[in-house]
Amino acid sequence: MTASDPVVIVGVGLTPVGEHWQTSLRSLGLQALEGARREAPGLQPGAIYIANMLAPALSGQAHLGALLADFAGLRGIEAVTVEAAGASGGLALRQAFLAVTAGAHDVALVVGLEKITDHIGSGLAAAMMASGDSDYEAAHGLTPPALAALRMRRYLHEGHAPQDALLGFSRAAHAHAVSNPYAMYRKAIRDEDYRRAPMVSEPVNLYDAAPLADGAAALLVARASVLTGAHPPPVRIRGQGVATSPVALHEGRDPLDLPAARLSAERAYAEAAVGPADIHVFEPHDSFTIYAALAVEAAGFAARGEGWRLAAEDRIGPKGTLPMLTFGGSKARGDTGGATGVYQIAEVVLQLQGRADGTQVPGARLGMAQCLGGSGGTAVTTILEAG
Amino acid sequence: MEIPRHWRLNSQRYALVGEVCPHCQIKIFPPRDICPDCGREARESFKFSGRGEVYSFTTVYEAPAGFEENAPYTVALVKLEEGPMLTAQLTDLGERKTSIGMPVEMVTRKLRSDGDRGMLVYGYKFRPRLSAS
Repeated sequence: MTASDPVVIVGVGLTPVGEHWQTSLRSLGLQALEGARREAPGLQPGAIYIANMLAPALSGQAHLGALLADFAGLRGIEAVTVEAAGASGGLALRQAFLAVTAGAHDVALVVGLEKITDHIGSGLAAAMMASGDSDYEAAHGLTPPALAALRMRRYLHEGHAPQDALLGFSRAAHAHAVSNPYAMYRKAIRDEDYRRAPMVSEPVNLYDAAPLADGAAALLVARASVLTGAHPPPVRIRGQGVATSPVALHEGRDPLDLPAARLSAERAYAEAAVGPADIHVFEPHDSFTIYAALAVEAAGFAARGEGWRLAAEDRIGPKGTLPMLTFGGSKARGDTGGATGVYQIAEVVLQLQGRADGTQVPGARLGMAQCLGGSGGTAVTTILEAG
Repeated sequence: MEIPRHWRLNSQRYALVGEVCPHCQIKIFPPRDICPDCGREARESFKFSGRGEVYSFTTVYEAPAGFEENAPYTVALVKLEEGPMLTAQLTDLGERKTSIGMPVEMVTRKLRSDGDRGMLVYGYKFRPRLSAS
C-alpha cells in the first residue's frame, strides 16, 4: 500500500436484518452486492470475497464464491468464501485489501451473507458451536449463550460489579437502532426491561443476547486511483490487524481477557500510527454484552474490569466519549453470524462518510471495527479514515 | 455418528489423561503434543487426579441437539488442581447451590445420546467434593 494510492471502501450495500423467509440466500447476497455496486457504477470488480459461516450446515450450501459470482452476472471472476466464524466479515475485507494493495485487482467486492431463520429446532446451536472446540466444548453441551455466561459471571464476580453492570450496552444499542432502517429492533428499552428480563443462560439475560437473523451486507473496495464517475466519499483503510488465540475458552490463560482482540488492535494501531484516543467511533462484536465490555478493555479504551462503566455512565452515545454500537450493534440491528463483520465495517464507513443520519458522530474522521470469531479465537481490527 | 472420533478421545474422557511438558514441567489438558507455554515437544502422558474447583458456571435451559434429555444442566469452567482448566457439566448437585470456588471431583457420566438408536457418548463430569482429601 502506498500513501499516495490507498485502498478505499467507496460503496456500501445493506439489506435489513430480519426473517427473510421469502428471500433465498443467493438473492439476499445479490441485493447487498448490487446495492454496493450502484454507489460507484463505473467500477468493474475483479474479485468477490464472501463472508459466511453457516450456509453449509444450515442450508446445505457451500461453494458460495462461485455461486454468487455467477448469480450476480459476474461470471468468470475470482471468488472465494472466507470463514473465521463471527470474524468472517473482517477477514473477507482483509483478503480484499491484500489483493488490491498487491495489485492483483483494482476493484473487489466483499459480501457478507447469512441465512439463519429458515431453520427451526436444536440444530442451530450445534451449528453455532462449530465455532468453538468441538471435542472439548460442544461435546459437553456448551452453547454460545453459556460461553458468554461463564465469562459474564466471572467478570461480575472479580470486578465486584452490580448484576446490571452491562445494561448500558443494551440500552445504547436499542436507542441507536431507532434511526437505523436496516435494524431488526428499532425501539428503545428502559432500564427495568433489562433488570426484569428472563434468563437465557444465567447471568446472561434476554437483553444481553443479540438475536440471530438473516441479512447481507456488501462493500465495494478499490484502489483510490481507479475511482471514476459519481460516488460517495471514499473511506481509506488505514490499518488492519488480524490475530488468533485458543479457540476453547478454557485454554486461554485468562478467560477475562480477549488476547486476540488485544493483539489485533495493537497491530491495527501500529499500522495506522494512531492510538485509542484518536478513535471517534468504535463498532465492537456484541453478540453478547460481555463481549462489548471485554472489547472496550482489549482495545485500550478502559482498564481491566472497567469496560462496563463507559456504557453504564452513558458515555457511548454519538456525542459521548467513545461512540459505540451507533447503528444498534448486533443486539438491536441483529446478529447475522458470518455476515455481521461486514455490517460492522459498513456502519463505520457510513459514519465516516457523514451518512449515519440520526446517530451521526459529529466530525468523525477515524473509526474502528473489531470482529470476533467464536469466543474470541480470531479477531480482526480495522481502522478506517474519512477521505 | 463418528464412532472413531469418540473412541480416540476415550483416555481423555474416561481417565483425564493429558500430558506433562518435560521442559517446563507444566501439566497440559487436553494433550496437544506442543507445549502451549514453551512451544517445545510435550508428549509425555500425565493422568490428572480429577480434583479441581469451579472457576465459573451457568445453567443451560435451551439445550442443543443431543442434550435435550439432560436439560436443564449446569456447565462449568473447572480449574484442575494441577493447573489446566476445562469445560464440563456439573452433576449430583442435589439441592446444593453452585458457587465460584466450590471444590469438585471428576466422575464418568453419559454426555449425550444420538437419538433412540444412536451412539451413547460417555465422559467426564464433575460433582461436589465433600471430603477434604
